Amino acid sequence: MSHAWQYFTNNQSQILTWLRTTAWLAVVPLAVGLALSLPAGWVASRYRWSYPPIITVGGLLYTIPSIVLFLALPGIIGTKILDPLNVAVALTVYCVALLARVVADGLRAVDADILNAGSAMGYTGRQLLLSVQLPLAIPVIGAGLRVAAVSNVSLIAVASTLGVSQLGSLFTIGNTTGDTAPIWVGLVMFVLLALVLDGLILAGVRLMTPWRRAVGR
Amino acid sequence: MDHIPGTASRRIRANAVVVRRSDFVIRFDSVTKQYPDGTVAVDGLTLEADTGKITVLVGPSGCGKTTSLRMINRMIDPTKGRIWLDDRDIATMRPDQLRRGMGYVIQQAGLFPHRTVIDNIGTVPVLLGATRRAARRRALKLLDQVGLPANLAGRYPAQLSGGQQQRVGVARALAANPPVMLMDEPFSAVDPVVRVQLQDEFLRLQGELGKTIVFVTHDIDEAVKLGDQVAVLRVGGRLAQLATPRELLAHPSDSFVAGFVGRDRGYRALGFTPAGELPLRGETVVRLGDRLDSVAARATEGWVLVLDEHDQPQGWLAASAASDQGGAVTPEMLNLGGTLAMESSSLREALDAALSSPSGRGVIVRDDGRLIGTVTASQVLTRIEQERSAVPLAR
Repeated sequence: MSHAWQYFTNNQSQILTWLRTTAWLAVVPLAVGLALSLPAGWVASRYRWSYPPIITVGGLLYTIPSIVLFLALPGIIGTKILDPLNVAVALTVYCVALLARVVADGLRAVDADILNAGSAMGYTGRQLLLSVQLPLAIPVIGAGLRVAAVSNVSLIAVASTLGVSQLGSLFTIGNTTGDTAPIWVGLVMFVLLALVLDGLILAGVRLMTPWRRAVGR
Repeated sequence: MDHIPGTASRRIRANAVVVRRSDFVIRFDSVTKQYPDGTVAVDGLTLEADTGKITVLVGPSGCGKTTSLRMINRMIDPTKGRIWLDDRDIATMRPDQLRRGMGYVIQQAGLFPHRTVIDNIGTVPVLLGATRRAARRRALKLLDQVGLPANLAGRYPAQLSGGQQQRVGVARALAANPPVMLMDEPFSAVDPVVRVQLQDEFLRLQGELGKTIVFVTHDIDEAVKLGDQVAVLRVGGRLAQLATPRELLAHPSDSFVAGFVGRDRGYRALGFTPAGELPLRGETVVRLGDRLDSVAARATEGWVLVLDEHDQPQGWLAASAASDQGGAVTPEMLNLGGTLAMESSSLREALDAALSSPSGRGVIVRDDGRLIGTVTASQVLTRIEQERSAVPLAR
């Protein structure tokens, strides 16, 4: 391990640059994916007929092996093969595939009596969605977001085989040079990144759901 | 044109703190609701919910009572017929605007779990454009009005008991001081003791506020207790009878209503006749702490009534239990079987006091709980007979 630490200090600036790219690849697709999933999930929850197709398409997208998607995307969206954007777009697709269902289920799980009471009080449909239904779905959506975040991070590691320059490159280097130090460094960095992301989402959810803490749930 | 919804809600906001008598009548005019599958939930309903009065819709499940209620605030739209709010057809009003002028309370209260008590109560004022601070000030007043302590303001609904949640539900419905209140089995989900408390406080509140209330229940006792008028609906959504509770108990219009109103309706109808002037007799009484050997001399027909230092009856003591022992009268010796009737209460309560008393003498107290005298069941019955001959019940 001291060897790995030495490797880290020797290549610090390169590794930190990779960390930035990797963090960007982990966060941006998650945010964009959530932003796209909210309307998609809302449609699936609002219109009963649209739930099966939306959820099925999501499930199918999720079954595409990541490596295939990484390789196919440049052909589809016209980017260069080494462009990190490929990875970002692919990860966004996975996020939407996972989160659309979570959002739909979260919105549907809100007690119908509460929504009825809300509309009987004079909320318009949009007010009811934004100030009652969505806040009450936060715990479910947050749980899905945590899964998506961690899954994202692990998929980024896979993307290193494409040669996109990021933390995953440490594994490729370790593999070609036969040196375990970069592999150890990469492993620790990925685990830390996943833990930090997970912790941030957890903290955000807790901050936005004070009512759950109040009753000890 | 006071009743254009926009105008009404502005006026309500301006007067949010001032208690106003309402001036809103709800009229059902041959209203029918048929679902696409052919089920008729409400069939040609015509009735009027009067200004400042409680109209109860009661009936077995499937009688369309909740559907009828929900048509008033356009949660459901009728297939035929019209519903009028004063001189306005509600079908021409915007649902969200209409609803903000109508308080709505449901079973289990339907509170927003993610909002504190105070913000739940302030919901409608905020929707009507009040600032959060003004809404909270108003909410604190209401919290007090429905009998909840101010320290519950910051709690979340899940931290309250069922009865407290229901009170918050009522406070929330009252927050914008709407002239109309719609209540759908609001007290059904709480235990019987709390239910009676909530009903009593609801009547007290209505005495102060005078809202036009439409109240749905499946419980005929609740209907008779709370309603100024009661609409009994039968399965299929047909109105079986619309009458005052007293009339309903005395003259059910057909066998369905008679069966629904129940077997002991003759007894329950006594609840609407004030006890008035009953021939009360004085009691020689004993007080807590008196010597036991003084009891036998003061007992009548084997029983003596025991009072506390405030002249409030505590229970009956059997002379046989007290005979020639030493010591003093303690609360543990008393028979607590008898109910008390107030001087202002009904013949039903007076009769019940007499029937439930171990001595056969019903205890009548002032409204502050101090003893006035006692009455026997046969004296109450005599009084009932007099009442019958004075106001013939048979038409």
